[in-house]
Amino acid sequence: MRHIISVLLENEPGALSRVVGLFSQRNYNIESLTVAPTEDETLSRLTVTTIGDDRVVEQITKQLNKLIDVVKVVDLSEGEHIERELMMIKLKANGQMRAEIKRTCDIFRGQIIDVTPNTYTVQLVGASDKLDAFIASLGNMASIMEVVRSGVSGIARGEKVLSL
Amino acid sequence: MVVRALRDEGVKYIYGYPGGALLHVYDALFQQEDVQHILVRHEQAATHMADAYARATGKAGVALVTSGPGATNAVTGIATAFMDSIPMVVITGQVMSHLIGEDAFQETDMLGISRPVVKHNFSIQRPEDIPATIKKAFYIAQSGRPGPVVVDIPKDMTTPTERYPYEYPKSIKLRSYNPISRGHSGQIRKAVDMLLQARRPVIYTGGGVIMGDASKELTEFAQLLNFPVTNTLMGLGGYPGTDRQCLGMLGMHGSYEANMAMHHADLILAIGARFDDRVTNATDKFCPTARIIHVDIDPASISKTVRADVPIVGPAKVVIDEMIELVRESKKQPDAAALESWWKQIDEWRQRHGGRYRTDDSELMKPQQVIEMLSKVTHGDAFVCSDVGQHQMFAAQYYKFNKPNRWINSGGLGTMGFGLPAAMGVKLNFPDADVACVTGEGSIQMNIQELSTCKQYDLPVKILCLNNQSLGMVRQWQDMNYESRHSQSYMKSLPDFVKLVESYGHVGMKVDKYGDLEGAMREAFAMKDRLVFMDIAVDPFEHVYPMQVPRGAMRDMWLSKTERT
Ligand SMILES: Cc1cc2nc3c(=O)[nH]c(=O)nc-3n(C[C@H](O)[C@H](O)[C@H](O)COP(=O)(O)OP(=O)(O)OC[C@H]3O[C@@H](n4cnc5c(N)ncnc54)[C@H](O)[C@@H]3O)c2cc1C
Ligand SMILES: Cc1ncc(C[n+]2csc(CCOP(=O)(O)OP(=O)(O)O)c2C)c(N)n1
Ligand SMILES: [Mg+2]
Repeated sequence: MRHIISVLLENEPGALSRVVGLFSQRNYNIESLTVAPTEDETLSRLTVTTIGDDRVVEQITKQLNKLIDVVKVVDLSEGEHIERELMMIKLKANGQMRAEIKRTCDIFRGQIIDVTPNTYTVQLVGASDKLDAFIASLGNMASIMEVVRSGVSGIARGEKVLSL
Repeated sequence: MVVRALRDEGVKYIYGYPGGALLHVYDALFQQEDVQHILVRHEQAATHMADAYARATGKAGVALVTSGPGATNAVTGIATAFMDSIPMVVITGQVMSHLIGEDAFQETDMLGISRPVVKHNFSIQRPEDIPATIKKAFYIAQSGRPGPVVVDIPKDMTTPTERYPYEYPKSIKLRSYNPISRGHSGQIRKAVDMLLQARRPVIYTGGGVIMGDASKELTEFAQLLNFPVTNTLMGLGGYPGTDRQCLGMLGMHGSYEANMAMHHADLILAIGARFDDRVTNATDKFCPTARIIHVDIDPASISKTVRADVPIVGPAKVVIDEMIELVRESKKQPDAAALESWWKQIDEWRQRHGGRYRTDDSELMKPQQVIEMLSKVTHGDAFVCSDVGQHQMFAAQYYKFNKPNRWINSGGLGTMGFGLPAAMGVKLNFPDADVACVTGEGSIQMNIQELSTCKQYDLPVKILCLNNQSLGMVRQWQDMNYESRHSQSYMKSLPDFVKLVESYGHVGMKVDKYGDLEGAMREAFAMKDRLVFMDIAVDPFEHVYPMQVPRGAMRDMWLSKTERT
C-alpha cells in the first residue's frame, strides 16, 4: 500500500541525508520526497511517499523516529488527509492542438503559465493520481517535452497538526 | 577545549593515533596528565579498545583518530560497536573547514562514511560548540539504546592561539531525543498475567540485559518463577552460566536443550534481544506454539523480524523490577505441576545431547577441551575476549560465565581482529583481573601488530590461540555445503608464533598435547606481569555443533557430523 509519511526534522546540515540514507540503507522504497523549512526556521517539514506492507511501514516510522534529528513522525495515510503535488509540463503545441490542450487544461483546472508559438507550459496542482490522469489524457493529443513534478506534500484534515 | 571537555566528562584513557589534523589536540594532550592517551599501532585497535572498555563497564569508551586514512581505519571498529549497540565516542580530525569539499590532503567525508554505522554524528562548525557537542555525544552514546557517536573536528576549530569561552554543561536535553525511562504498566501487567499462566515458558535474553545492567534483576526474577533462561551470544553472563535454570546459548550454535525448549515453548519472554537471524533460523517456523512478550528499549527492535504479542518498550532493569513486584503482589502462583513436567522434559533433553563432544577418535586436542580448561583454571571468573570463528563459538558454549560484562566478543558484525585489542582495553582498565584473549591463527593476524602496544603499556593479557591451521569456521561451511572444497580456507605459511611474540618482548608457549595443557595454562596465568601467547594445536577437522539446519525451525539441528534431530 502507498503511505504518505510526514516528518518534522531539525533544520541542521546533514539531517536530510540521514533520512535519505536510512531509506537506501534499509532497502525501503521512496516514491517521492519533498522538504522545506517551516514557519519555525529551526525545523524542516519533510514528506515522503513510500510503498510497502504494514510491517515495513511500521519499521520505517520506527526507524525514522530513532534518528536523532527527527522530532516527530506521522503516517498521514492512517487518517483523513489532503495530499497535493505540483506539476509543470511543457508540451509541443501548434495548430488546432492548441485549443484542444487548452480545453483539457481547463477540465483539470490547470493553468498555462508560459507560451511560445510552438509550446505551452502548463501548471497543475492536485493529488498525484490527478496529475497522472492529466498526463494520460494528453497522451495521443500532444507530445510531451518535459515534466517536472514537485513530489507529494500532505497535511492532516481537521484540527490535527504535526508540531513540536 | 577537546581535552578539557574529555577531562570534565571524567575520561581517564583515550585510545588513538595522531596525524596532521589532530596536531593541536595532541599538543594539548601532551601538556596535561588527567586524560591519558594510549598509542595503538592501527586505528581499528583504538576503536576496539574503547569498545571493550564500554562492554566491560557500561560506560562509553573514547577513540581519537586523524582525518582521512585514520578515520577510515576506524570505520570497522565503529561498525562493530554499532551492530552490538555499544556506547563509544570517536573523535575524528578533519581538514581545515575552508578546505572541506576540495579534495584536500587527507580529506574524507567522515560524516557520510560513518552515517550508516553510528547512532549519531556531529561536525563542529564553531570552536565554542566543542564542549556542548562532546557532552551531547556522550549523552547520546550512553542513553537509550547505546551506540557509537562520531564527532568530526576540522583542524581550525582547535587552533591553540584562539581563545573561546569554555563551559562544560552539566546536563543536556534534546527536544528531538527522549530516551524512554520505563515500560507501559498496563502492558507489564498483562505480561505478568501471561507469565503466571504459562506451562512451558522460556526466558530468552540478550545484550540488552548486559548493557542495561539488569542481570541481577533477571536472576532474581527467573529464580522467583523457576523459569528456564537462555541467552544469546551477546547475553551470556546475564544469568549465571552454572545455574541449573540456565540452558546456555540458543540459536545457530545454541545448545540442544535451549533450542528444543524454545521450539516447544508456549510462552517466550524476550528481554533485550533482537530476534537475530542467527537465533531464530527460519522465522516462519520459529516457535510455532509460543506467544511472545518482548521487552526492548528500542521500539524498532520489537516486531522487526518476529511479531510480538505483547510489546513492552522500556529499559530491562526497570521493567523486570516492576514485574518482580507484580509477581510478589499477585495472588496467583506459577503453575508448579506444569513447570515440573516442563523441567523434566528439559532435563531429559539436557541428558540426551547437552554439551558433549567426542574426544575418543583422535590424539589431537579438542578446542572444547582448551576452553573447559580455561574455565577451570580461571574459575569461570576471567574476562574472556574473543575473536571470530569456531574458537568463538567454543568459548561461548564451554566457558561458563557467571557474571555479566565478562564475555567480550563481536556478535553482530563478527569482526576478526577484535579479540586482542579488546583484551587490551579490558586489561588496562582492570589491571588485577585475569584477561584472556581466545583467538584463532587467522583472527590474531588481523591485529597482531598490537603486541607492540602491549609492550609499551605493559598489558599482560593471556592469548590462547586455538591453532587449527585453517579458517575453521569457513572450512566447516565448506565441509557441510560445498563437498569439502576448501577454497582459500587454509592458512599455509603460518609464522612461528612463539618466535614472533618473543621478538615483541613477550612470552610464547607451544602446546601440542592435552597432557601439557593444564600445567602450561596455570603457568601462563601465574605470570602476572607478562603477556603470554599460548599457541595451542587443536584438531583441524573439528566442527562446531549443534548447528541449526538452514531454513529450518529452532529444533532442526546437526548434532555431530553424522547425527541430525
Ligand atoms: C560466527 C558467529 C556465530 C553466531 N552464532 C550465534 C548463535 O548461535 N546464537 C546467538 O545467539 N548469536 C549468534 N551470533 C551473534 C548474532 O549474530 C547476534 O549478534 C546476536 O544473536 C544478537 O544478540 P542479541 O539479540 O542479544 O542483540 P544485541 O545485538 O545484543 O542487541 C541488544 C538488544 O537489546 C536492546 N537493549 C539495549 N539496551 C537495553 C536496555 N537497557 N533495556 C532493554 N533493551 C535494551 C537493544 O535495543 C537491542 O534490541 C553469532 C555471531 C557470529 C559472528
Ligand atoms: C574481518 C573478517 N573477515 C572475514 C570474516 C569471515 N570469517 C568468519 S570466521 C572466519 C575464520 C576465522 O579463522 P580463525 O581465526 O583461524 O578461527 P577458527 O574458525 O579457525 O577457530 C572468517 C574468515 C570475518 N568474520 N571477519
Ligand atoms: Mg583457525
